[in-house]
Amino acid sequence: MNKITNNKAWFLVLPVFFIVAISAIIPLMTVVNYSVQDIFDPQTRFFVGTEWFEQVLGDSRLHDALIRQIIYTLSVLFIEIPLGIAVALTLPRKGWGVSASMVLLALPLLIPWNVVGTIWQIFGRADIGLGGYVINLLGIDYNYSQNPMDAWVTVLVMDVWHWTSLIVLLCYAGLRSIPDAYYQAAKIDGASRWAVFRFIQLPKMQSVLVIGVLLRFMDSFMIYTEPFVLTGGGPGNATTFLSQFLTRMAVGQFDLGPAAAFSLVYFLIILLVCWVFYTVVMNAGKREEQ
Amino acid sequence: MARIDLKSLAHSYFPDPKSDEDYALRRMEHVWEDGGAYALLGPSGCGKTTLLNIISGLLTPSHGQVLFDGKDVTHLAPEDRNIAQVFQFPVIYDTMTVYENLAFPLRNRGVDEKRVDARVREIAGMLDLTGKLKQKARGLGADEKQTISLGRGLVRDDVSAILFDEPLTVIDPHLKWVLRRKLKEIHNKLRPTMVYVTHDQVEALTFADKVVVMYGGKVVQLGTPQELFENPAHTFVGYFIGSPGMNIMDCKIDDGAAWIDGQRIGLSDRHLDAVSKQSGKIELGIRPEFLTLETGTAAKGADGVEVNIIKVEDLGQYKIATTRFGASEIKVKLGEDEQVIGQSGILRFAPEWTKLYADSQLVA
Repeated sequence: MNKITNNKAWFLVLPVFFIVAISAIIPLMTVVNYSVQDIFDPQTRFFVGTEWFEQVLGDSRLHDALIRQIIYTLSVLFIEIPLGIAVALTLPRKGWGVSASMVLLALPLLIPWNVVGTIWQIFGRADIGLGGYVINLLGIDYNYSQNPMDAWVTVLVMDVWHWTSLIVLLCYAGLRSIPDAYYQAAKIDGASRWAVFRFIQLPKMQSVLVIGVLLRFMDSFMIYTEPFVLTGGGPGNATTFLSQFLTRMAVGQFDLGPAAAFSLVYFLIILLVCWVFYTVVMNAGKREEQ
Repeated sequence: MARIDLKSLAHSYFPDPKSDEDYALRRMEHVWEDGGAYALLGPSGCGKTTLLNIISGLLTPSHGQVLFDGKDVTHLAPEDRNIAQVFQFPVIYDTMTVYENLAFPLRNRGVDEKRVDARVREIAGMLDLTGKLKQKARGLGADEKQTISLGRGLVRDDVSAILFDEPLTVIDPHLKWVLRRKLKEIHNKLRPTMVYVTHDQVEALTFADKVVVMYGGKVVQLGTPQELFENPAHTFVGYFIGSPGMNIMDCKIDDGAAWIDGQRIGLSDRHLDAVSKQSGKIELGIRPEFLTLETGTAAKGADGVEVNIIKVEDLGQYKIATTRFGASEIKVKLGEDEQVIGQSGILRFAPEWTKLYADSQLVA
């Protein structure tokens, strides 16, 4: 068969190419550009090869931030995913309660991130904040601006408050897609509540949970605004996560070279983890089918 | 296995039903024998699934009682009624193997593993699933999934009844036939009480000993397939059962005969006796099988109703002639070899198979 070549079709791809170029490729290439050069001003710049990368990867403050980041992200996932599933299971399935709980759950998701930080910053204060004051009344010495542990817990609770709803809504959507016949059949088969969860609800939620875990991983791994507003990364460096470390390096100290190098490493970490997670989950699904 | 009694049973989805229209199921009184195979047959929305769900316990009736072997189970949950049910669409547990799926209802009830194994293998053998027992259920086709659902319905041998809610809807025609035979075989062998909901008359007539025809929330007739064919108790049964259905025409009774559009159809004394006591709308019904059509020279001077022949369809084993006189269109079933000559003919009604209905109910 003779293949008809018509290269005019490529012109149709151009608009998309321009949009992607401006929104993603050019900015990313700028970062690559900075990461391999030492730039003083437009006329004075030196190619430095992998020096910035080596410097950044050997930086012990960055190692600390990375470890904090990993612990933080894992805590977020281990709390929000099970909690989200549990809440989704208890939500009403019909009647006015459905819309009421949907609205309530969506509220935290609609609040701008820096406002979330501000809310908790005020809420947690021991002198004027309702939360902080009550905790101190209970005899617990709580002060998130001085005690690293308190700061950690506050940032975590804030994230749980802000984002668990997302998991709840995703799981709820998954649960709603299960036809009634499944529950009826399970009843007739004499299945226990646990068996219904294990063999019907959990498998049906699997695909939304994959999305949920990916979203929560990416977002929490890149978290910036809320801890920045709430604790400013303190006390000391206790709640300084990767994004904040990076911002300090780039905007605070104006070390653009190392910051660019680190940005790329950061990007690759997220890409790699997501890819590995997605591939493993999807392959597990396929293996089971065979 | 159990006998099922429906005692003045009725159901309405409204909290405060007033008229008959508010009832999804009108008041009924039935006894279904232990070990019988019953088919609930009717069009969509006639209440057959409602009735099935009441028997299985997924729905609590608003009026009346359901008894299993004389024991009131009206308010018992499905799991306490000891029944099995197969649904319209396959319900399988995705993450389990076929074996685990079949074993699930038994294991949930703490049956010992040896017995579970024996039952699962027996049922798998009957349904040709033996080779697939170790596979994950998730990757199977719709046919096989539904076969597994059937298997889960059949795997317990101590159930009071097995209920089927249009279980073969998603199955392809060839396999449908095979599975129906299997179910029939299993019924003959084990004699469980089976209740089978369907809107397909062929399915109902081949599967069941007794067919329960439902229409508009009512049971209009409960009988053997033969009774439904020969003696439809309601015009709906006449029309719904049979292919094509019964011819039903408005008629007037006068001068010892039925008159349809000015044509006289002779009736027996039995007919006239019964109909004289009736008021209301009178209809005459006759199955296409019981009509004779004379054409050509045979029609000359023959006694009967003069009709125009509109079309003749040859369906291989038999022919269907569509005829018309006045406003009535009548279908006649003819043998394969019968010839139809010309555009008109004489139609003869066999008096013993001519039925009269008053307000849709059979009178004679």
